[in-house]
Amino acid sequence: MQSRIDTFKFDSASSIASQVSKGRVSAMEITEQHLARIKSLNSDLNAFITVSDNLARSQAEKIDKKFKNGETLGPLAGVPIAIKDNIVVRGVETTCASKILKGWTPPYNATVIDKLIEADAVIVGKSNMDEFAMGSSTEHSAFGPTKNPFDLDRVPGGSSGGSAAAVAANLVPIALGSDTGGSIRQPAAFCGVLGLKPTYGFVSRYGLVAFASSLDQIGPFAKTIEDMKLLMTVISGHDSNDSTSLNFETTPVLNPSKTDIKGLRVGIVKEFNEGLTSNIAVSLKNAIEKLQVAGAVIEEVSIPSVKFCLSAYYLIAPAEASSNLARFDGVRYGARENGDNVEQMMIATRTKGFGDEVKRRIMLGTYALSKGYYDAYYKSAQQVRTLVIREFSKVYSSVDILLSPTTPSTAFKIGEKLDDPMEMYLSDIMTIPTNLAGHPAINVPFGSDDSGLPIGLQIMAPALKDGKLLSIANFLLSQEGN
Amino acid sequence: MEEEVYEPVIGLEVHCELKTITKLWCGCKNEFGVEPNTNICPVCLGLPGSLPVLNEQAVKFAAMIGLALNCEVKPSIFHRKNYFYPDMPKDFQISQYDQPINVNGFLKLDKNVTIGVVRAHMEEDTGKTTHIGSSGRIHESSGASIDYNRAGVPLVEIVSAPEIKSAEEAKKYVSELRAILVATNTTDGKMEEGSMRVDANVSVRKIGSIEFGTRTEIKNLNSLRSLVRAIDYEISRQINVIKNGEKVKQETRHWNEDASTTVPLRSKEEADDYRYFPEPDLVEVDLGNDIVRQLKQSLPVMPLERRQRIIELLKNPNEDSAFIVVDLDLDGLLLEVVKQGADAELALKRFSNEFAGYVEEVKALQPERLVELLNLEQTGQLSATQAKAVFAEMLTTKSSPSQISTGLGFGGLEDSELSELLKGIISNCPNEWNRFKDGDGKVQQFFIGQVMKATKGQANGKVVLSLLEAMKNS
Repeated sequence: MQSRIDTFKFDSASSIASQVSKGRVSAMEITEQHLARIKSLNSDLNAFITVSDNLARSQAEKIDKKFKNGETLGPLAGVPIAIKDNIVVRGVETTCASKILKGWTPPYNATVIDKLIEADAVIVGKSNMDEFAMGSSTEHSAFGPTKNPFDLDRVPGGSSGGSAAAVAANLVPIALGSDTGGSIRQPAAFCGVLGLKPTYGFVSRYGLVAFASSLDQIGPFAKTIEDMKLLMTVISGHDSNDSTSLNFETTPVLNPSKTDIKGLRVGIVKEFNEGLTSNIAVSLKNAIEKLQVAGAVIEEVSIPSVKFCLSAYYLIAPAEASSNLARFDGVRYGARENGDNVEQMMIATRTKGFGDEVKRRIMLGTYALSKGYYDAYYKSAQQVRTLVIREFSKVYSSVDILLSPTTPSTAFKIGEKLDDPMEMYLSDIMTIPTNLAGHPAINVPFGSDDSGLPIGLQIMAPALKDGKLLSIANFLLSQEGN
Repeated sequence: MEEEVYEPVIGLEVHCELKTITKLWCGCKNEFGVEPNTNICPVCLGLPGSLPVLNEQAVKFAAMIGLALNCEVKPSIFHRKNYFYPDMPKDFQISQYDQPINVNGFLKLDKNVTIGVVRAHMEEDTGKTTHIGSSGRIHESSGASIDYNRAGVPLVEIVSAPEIKSAEEAKKYVSELRAILVATNTTDGKMEEGSMRVDANVSVRKIGSIEFGTRTEIKNLNSLRSLVRAIDYEISRQINVIKNGEKVKQETRHWNEDASTTVPLRSKEEADDYRYFPEPDLVEVDLGNDIVRQLKQSLPVMPLERRQRIIELLKNPNEDSAFIVVDLDLDGLLLEVVKQGADAELALKRFSNEFAGYVEEVKALQPERLVELLNLEQTGQLSATQAKAVFAEMLTTKSSPSQISTGLGFGGLEDSELSELLKGIISNCPNEWNRFKDGDGKVQQFFIGQVMKATKGQANGKVVLSLLEAMKNS
């Protein structure tokens, strides 16, 4: 088993920002150091589709200039960050890991990118992913799979596999991903890092190339809770460019007053305990014990509708995707194939430009929305969604949080599930329900399996309890390995 | 006459562009006729990652239109209508589907005829494709260029009930609708610029039948004239199809103005699955009762009522003239001059003809001046021709009508001078005089014409007529 987890001295985002702000190290030194590390390891890991070294250096230069001019630097001063390649950065090629967008450089920044630049972060590159965020392994990338830093023969999870691997291998201390059905939490679990899917509407989606609009949410990867909170503080908040963005104060959400484990009511979802590997079951049991020792009250709860979630998700997400991805027609941007007329051109462009998994989901979604099938598929899937929300809110009347494994298994081998879409879809069985409900959930690394692969636990909470998740995750992190 | 056993059933879908400052989902300017692709941004170009944010002014305008058409204004949502078209940047159109903002309204054409308005919903406009090539026809063109300035311009689509019974009535509906829309100041209503676009759904059925026949939808109706001609053509085409024992096909047809025919565009059955689903990037739209109430109170008096106010003043109602005056927004001034003592009939005649060409100038005049002018004509102190000349001067000088009249040497002809003149004309035309005496009313115009010719239009026709009558009876 070949790994790329080495003895590189990890420096957190908070520590880098503090040092750069005090002038102990320049943003340029930090940038060059990380660009060099990316250069030496990316050929093995393939975590980045594009390394934006020019942008990174010019940002670092500006930050250092600001410091020299005596200006106060932002909270992410000089911190290198990886951006999933479905979030647009002005002037940097954004491909969504698809051939159809090859060569497209967006003329605008996503809201989160504007906020990161405002905070003096340094964008070092666009990370690899499953094409248009459709997948659980980062194998469905037009630019080749990302490798798991713990074992190069294994997948890093997906779809934000590049971001998870980049953080795990210390190419960057923090990264952004997007989570539609588990695309942050599942790769975070496979790569042994923290990954948060925030409450729907907590982080602006403006500039996130849409997969399934009603489920997509941008979120952070990091190795420390402090870094998670720092990054969330920067990227969250109301955005007038996103109609689904929530409008409220972010500070109280991220810094809840009550963070005691004593008296915390923890629900264990019965339905998620089936079919776990023994290593993962042991990790979950350990975590429960640590919580109990610290005074938490554990209760087994049931959310029967979670067994319909996977089906509902695979109707709603592809339905929205089939519409969201219609615009990739070769008319305005990206790749264009020749055709005798406009229709032939569009067909040729889409046939050549999209990969198999994307085509599979476009077909699924188109079918689900078709006349005569809408009620049976899309509409009943939305009814399941309503039911899930109702059952979650009922459960949350008796417990504060829910705890489960993030995934049923640890990282699988590259190619292992590629020929069996259904098997691949099952990777997200525990993460999908929170997307349907719009709730926050976090992956916390907690132990490893017999092969040394990371195991991740998932904490879920009601909407706008994102800060609470971070504090409980902090507790579990402190207990890991004790 | 076999045609008489069939009757047409017509429903109209009218799209109008709203006169908002910015587009429906972004801050780009909503302007007509500017350099192509200058009012565009990531949102209206549908660039990956962009999101729509609803324009509040557009929602208020849409509600005002609904209220003006007596609709219920309701909380509404947007759907995506999915189909591929190069000038539609997202390859779906954001439109309202089963929960539109305005429902169940009606439009009164006159005292007796009311047409139902099923709904008036919001949606976005597309870009505009221009085919490059000599003839402008798609199949001969070498390529196409697309202007996305129009993409994302707010539209309201007003759908009538299938209750219109003839091409003429369709014209009346569109004219009335246009007048209402213009009055609300939410849209320009310019058919020729495409800010108002009409599609007609036409079917025929046997008189007495309750069921509808198969309908066709006619597009490319760029003027009221095309609307009438296309509907009339389509009605007789469908009747012929049925009489030949065939069935009318449900399809979209294109009105070809030059050939004066409708031709099939595409068959409806093939392309009718738009896979509508609720737009996940937008939230429910609810103006709330208070704002809806305010908007209702802010609505101006509707054209029908404004015309009614004029017609009530008249002995011989003239609907067409009243329509013109209201359409030009001159009715307020008209009512004012009548209130100040001008004759209503004469005022309407001048407002709808001579004054109509100078709307802005007339509005700038003091009503007293117009009253004075109309009274000079009414009392015979100025002939119609003289009054026109004085009116023309009034537009450019600040002098009063009587001052202008004096300046132009319009002293007014004395009755005695006219009598002498008439006597001379009568003696030269004994035959006409005899016919006039025998009561042939047509000949009076002849004498008036002769007098006008002799006086170069300076005489007052009414005075001439009264002199003629007096001579006949003496």
